[in-house]
Amino acid sequence: MTMIFGVPLAVFMGQLMLGLINGAFYALLSLGLAVIFGLLKIVNFAHGAQYMLGAFAALLGAQYLGINYWLALLLVPLVVGAFGALLERLVLRRIAHLDHLYGLLLTFGLALIFEGSLINLFGVSGASYPIPEALSGGIKLPFMFLPTYRGWVLVAALVVCLGTWFIIERTRLGAYLRAGTENPALMQAFGVNVPLLVTLTYGFGVALAAFAGVLAAPLYPVSPTMGSSLLIVVFAVVVIGGMGSILGAILTGLAMGLIEGLTKVYYPEAANTVIFLVMIMVLMLRPAGLFGKEA
Amino acid sequence: MTKVHASSPRLARRHLALAVAAATGLGLASSAMAQDAISDGEVRIGYLADMSGTYRDLAGPGGLEALKMAVEDFGGEVAGAPIEVFSADDRNSADVGANTVRGWVDQQNVDLVAGMVASSVSIAVTKVLEEAGGLAIISGSAASSITNEHCTPNHIHYVYDTYPLANGTAKAVVEQGGDSWFMLTADYAFGHALESDVEKVVTDNGGTIIDRVRHPFPTSDFSSYILQAQGSGAKIVGLANAGSDTVNAIKTASQFGLTQSGQQLAGLLIFLNDVHAMGLETTQGLLLTTGWYWDMDDESREWAERYFERVGKMPTMVQAGIYSSTTQYLKALEDAGTDDPATVRAKLGEAPINDFFARNGQIREDGRMVHDMYLAEVKAPADSEGEWDLYEIQATIPAEEAYRPLSESSCKLVN
Repeated sequence: MTMIFGVPLAVFMGQLMLGLINGAFYALLSLGLAVIFGLLKIVNFAHGAQYMLGAFAALLGAQYLGINYWLALLLVPLVVGAFGALLERLVLRRIAHLDHLYGLLLTFGLALIFEGSLINLFGVSGASYPIPEALSGGIKLPFMFLPTYRGWVLVAALVVCLGTWFIIERTRLGAYLRAGTENPALMQAFGVNVPLLVTLTYGFGVALAAFAGVLAAPLYPVSPTMGSSLLIVVFAVVVIGGMGSILGAILTGLAMGLIEGLTKVYYPEAANTVIFLVMIMVLMLRPAGLFGKEA
Repeated sequence: MTKVHASSPRLARRHLALAVAAATGLGLASSAMAQDAISDGEVRIGYLADMSGTYRDLAGPGGLEALKMAVEDFGGEVAGAPIEVFSADDRNSADVGANTVRGWVDQQNVDLVAGMVASSVSIAVTKVLEEAGGLAIISGSAASSITNEHCTPNHIHYVYDTYPLANGTAKAVVEQGGDSWFMLTADYAFGHALESDVEKVVTDNGGTIIDRVRHPFPTSDFSSYILQAQGSGAKIVGLANAGSDTVNAIKTASQFGLTQSGQQLAGLLIFLNDVHAMGLETTQGLLLTTGWYWDMDDESREWAERYFERVGKMPTMVQAGIYSSTTQYLKALEDAGTDDPATVRAKLGEAPINDFFARNGQIREDGRMVHDMYLAEVKAPADSEGEWDLYEIQATIPAEEAYRPLSESSCKLVN
């Protein structure tokens, strides 16, 4: 059997595949954060909670309204995204003129409120969300048994990531967005409704988190705390990629998934810390992040 | 207690009025005391547990409710003194737990610390109590090291520990032919203790440990570890973790078809709430060791139903143990007529414990409460008659066989 650093090739390939799948989650979540930070300059600490709300909405929708997975994948991001837009309008806008730190504290507080209320209602054990019929079972790859659903997660996340990148970097709407980031006052003077653009962007970022939540629901127990541990990692990913960089967030997300996956094979004790080590190194060598522009 | 220290005559003059007032107040309070032997005229119980994190549902607010039930059933007072209950969230952090308990003992004169889940927290807290003087009854923690190398005269370990978990489940699995193991271990005190107890039982019974992985606590994605377990070729994948880690590992294993490929899972610490959360479809046939099950007999059912009416969920063994141990503590305190920790601790060890929770229970000199344990199998969905009808008790492991014998103990209190 071919061995790579003492690990059989098949196991090694399998781990790369799993790393890529986790990386797809990181990419999806850090993309939402990057979009929000890019335009609103808000460090959205409620992102993990919004991801969790997405998973919960899918679970409760299935339990009480009979909404199936595919419908949830479409509806939940819309609903949670609209909720996000409402938050921006009612709460975040009031502190838009203040230092970034206030936005961070406010969104962190909101996240604690969401989590705390759901813990009170449902406890922390969580509940299972069934894998949709069409995606159950697995595919026998030459090097591993890949559950179909995980393959689907990889494809879906990549499609949404690339779609977002395309909209922001290659369309007229995206051009408005980027211009609004550079100089909102001038955009307003040209007759673009910048406040609306800001609300919709925040809503879109939140919708991305909720979409990731629905994707995650069949994989992990749906519980109120599912977002908080992920959030810190995702922030590290955004910092490594460069705050506000769209492509940076996607590529870094995938890369960090791979690095974490390999750590789980070679030194599992460090699996939770390796991304932060990378972050420290990047901050020392390139403080603006791998893909960020030096200010 | 209010004490006024005067470091200089000027300061003393300035605070003269205050000092007089304080002294008068104290005099009045002590003359009003019902019982001089009870410090402050009140028995104070502090409940420390994970109230918001991964271990919330196995003890948490439900355990606090069980504690309050015990106090109410006892009549709300003991030896003529009222009972007051405090609670705090340790957030699974040894620092937070130790600092909270230090505050309780120094400032509030807490008589008993109850609850306690994460083993790392319990070990830190009992060190504080050993220095400061106090008593703890640990119900939630698993590490057998708590009454072995970490034993103190200031704590009792009540419900279960990793030794009977290994002795019950691992032994049964090896006897059924599962003789090669891959260990998936939570990387902290409890996981290490369980791993070493399991490895001992497996090798003593003729099995082998092929490989092990230690995963960070807590972990949400187990796919990588499950893949490594699949690659190991071991017959049994032993889960030396707890709470959401175990739940995640079992779910992931079922998605990756671990059991279809001929391997079998051995969950070593699984609580009722875990099985309830995962559902019988995923967990059926799983063997586990438990210190108590609500549907064991009439006595346990009767108590569990009272608990259910208050909390809306069936109690775990930990929550039942909190009720039982609190009641035992209050009885011992009443018999001793004092809340002095050492006296109550000695009293607790005198008589065997038999109630709805413990059978053939005895608190040993190392602080271990040994009692009968049970090997249970998770029911198939078709055999379950209700939401909480989850286990079938298969065998009783007698108290003297279940726990680490004193002859193997490395506790400093055992000669």
